[in-house]
Amino acid sequence: MIERHIPALLPLIFLASALLIPMFGVFKRKTAYPFAVTASLSAAALSVYGFVYVLQNGTMRYYFGGWIPPIGIEFVYDPLSAFVSVVINVVALMVLTHALNSVRVDQEGRQVAYYSVVMLLLTGFNGMIITGDLFNLYVFIEISSLSGYALIAVGEKQSPFAAFRYLIIGTIGASFYLLGIGYLYFMSGTLNMGDLAGILPMIKDSPTILVALIIIVVGLGIKMAIFPMHGWLPDSYTYAPTTSSSLIAPIGTKVGAYALIRILYFVFGADYFSREFAAADLIAIFSCGGIIFGSVLAIAQKEMKRMLAYSSIAQIGYIGLGIGLANPFGFIGAVLHLLNHAFMKACLFLVAGNLRIKAGHSDITKMDDSFRKKYPWTMAAFTVAALSMVGLPPLAGFFSKWYLALGTIQSSRWIYLAVILISSLLNAVYFFRILEKVYMKSPIKEKADENSSENIKKDEVVPSMLVPALVLAIGLIVLGILNVFIVKQIYKMMPEGM
Amino acid sequence: MFDFIAGHYNYWFIILLISIGMYGMIFKKNLVKKLIGMTIFQAAVILFYISSSVKADTTVPILLELNESADVNRYINPLPHALMLTAIVVGVATVGVAFALLVLIYKRYNTLDEKELIERMK
Repeated sequence: MIERHIPALLPLIFLASALLIPMFGVFKRKTAYPFAVTASLSAAALSVYGFVYVLQNGTMRYYFGGWIPPIGIEFVYDPLSAFVSVVINVVALMVLTHALNSVRVDQEGRQVAYYSVVMLLLTGFNGMIITGDLFNLYVFIEISSLSGYALIAVGEKQSPFAAFRYLIIGTIGASFYLLGIGYLYFMSGTLNMGDLAGILPMIKDSPTILVALIIIVVGLGIKMAIFPMHGWLPDSYTYAPTTSSSLIAPIGTKVGAYALIRILYFVFGADYFSREFAAADLIAIFSCGGIIFGSVLAIAQKEMKRMLAYSSIAQIGYIGLGIGLANPFGFIGAVLHLLNHAFMKACLFLVAGNLRIKAGHSDITKMDDSFRKKYPWTMAAFTVAALSMVGLPPLAGFFSKWYLALGTIQSSRWIYLAVILISSLLNAVYFFRILEKVYMKSPIKEKADENSSENIKKDEVVPSMLVPALVLAIGLIVLGILNVFIVKQIYKMMPEGM
Repeated sequence: MFDFIAGHYNYWFIILLISIGMYGMIFKKNLVKKLIGMTIFQAAVILFYISSSVKADTTVPILLELNESADVNRYINPLPHALMLTAIVVGVATVGVAFALLVLIYKRYNTLDEKELIERMK
């Protein structure tokens, strides 16, 4: 019975708790956190159940108000959207568990408003994933973006300026997207994705459709932070509070990537955007630029969160590269990397947040092996996630790169293959730099008297902050081992005819 | 050639507005002016929808008499207008958030000039 309503329930749970949290929060501030975690937990449970259900029973469609599309608005819950909603809801649950302590420290006295906005953010993300209507997607993009700006602006002193820049650039991205769907609407007379996919082959020779495709790719590319459009990302991620950056970094750009996959593969079709003209190649070339650029700049950073932000640009490049390859292996690589990178980045950002709270900074130059002694488990989680980012088997990160590499071989794009291999080395440089300091470098001599290795006691973070990072790290190992099973499911998500 | 220019004059106007908006966002140093540029850009997109859905000699899509047959040619398409109402609401919310951020920036740095702001942030 409940299965039928899962598509609508996922955004609705978050929307309802976004309204309920301030209502109860007025009387008792402490109710905000349990509400947020309960909402996130039930959404995660529902999305896992829904994913299993959809794999067995096929795509579900939910018509709002009983209006049959293309007249009405529909939510489409197919294997791909079910899969992505599992990813983001599970990661969000982990981050919100971690939030108990970090939000109490970061957002003294504003927890109620903060959690309420987090719920709105997740409403937007879930809506973006499940909706089957182009204009609806725009509205959900704006819901998630607006709450994203607010969540970034409550961080450090510089954060409002970073959020303002993100707001200007992000709104332009959304406006471009709106302009693009305007072109499509006036050419085809429909906004429903499935309906449009049926009409487009008849009108695809028109240059208007081509312009619409370019404008939509640019608009969503800004949301996703593909290479030349990434300018807003490093500052926003660095200055945002821990919980915000660990929500927006792993999930936000992934949902943008999902929207791009949905529109390119399911509305325009892989044939149109890859063979009939070179949109796919352009995306792949820009993504390769992003992979190299992000990795090189990540090496140059001294601050861990900033380094992770630049590494995000590089990792988004992998997803973009998979999208741009437009062959089955590229698709698998992109979707698998969407999952793996969400887990890896969430884990790394949580570790950076733990270090900021316990050690007071996350400055790489100041790290030494006292970190290992003080926070053994946090650093263990970091190590697993870092190795996964570099791509060591059997960790999850290896397999998405493997499928991307297979994709480049399948299309005989040797330069892209070289980019993947080189970037793995660059990843190794910037992560091993930290690992080397944490596990090898002894503390600086002057402080040796008070801080010598015998005196350093274990000073691990509280369980609510440690467990999510560890669960995500263990998740990376499990995802790596289960990759054959996951890839089998991804085959079911492919658009028809691939 | 003249037909091409005169026949699409609404699109030329929208291109002009988009360019003005882009110019404001990229070249103006004051953050409020950047925001104004963004608003002009959004307004241009909204005008694009509205002007493209214009239809001559038509009326609002309301059935006046029950026995009247619904002739599509007599009515204007209401969907773009409904969409743009939503887009306007979104735009207003965006401007609201942007102003809140600007107030916060001004309280912390006492300036809204981009150059000076970047200097004071160091």
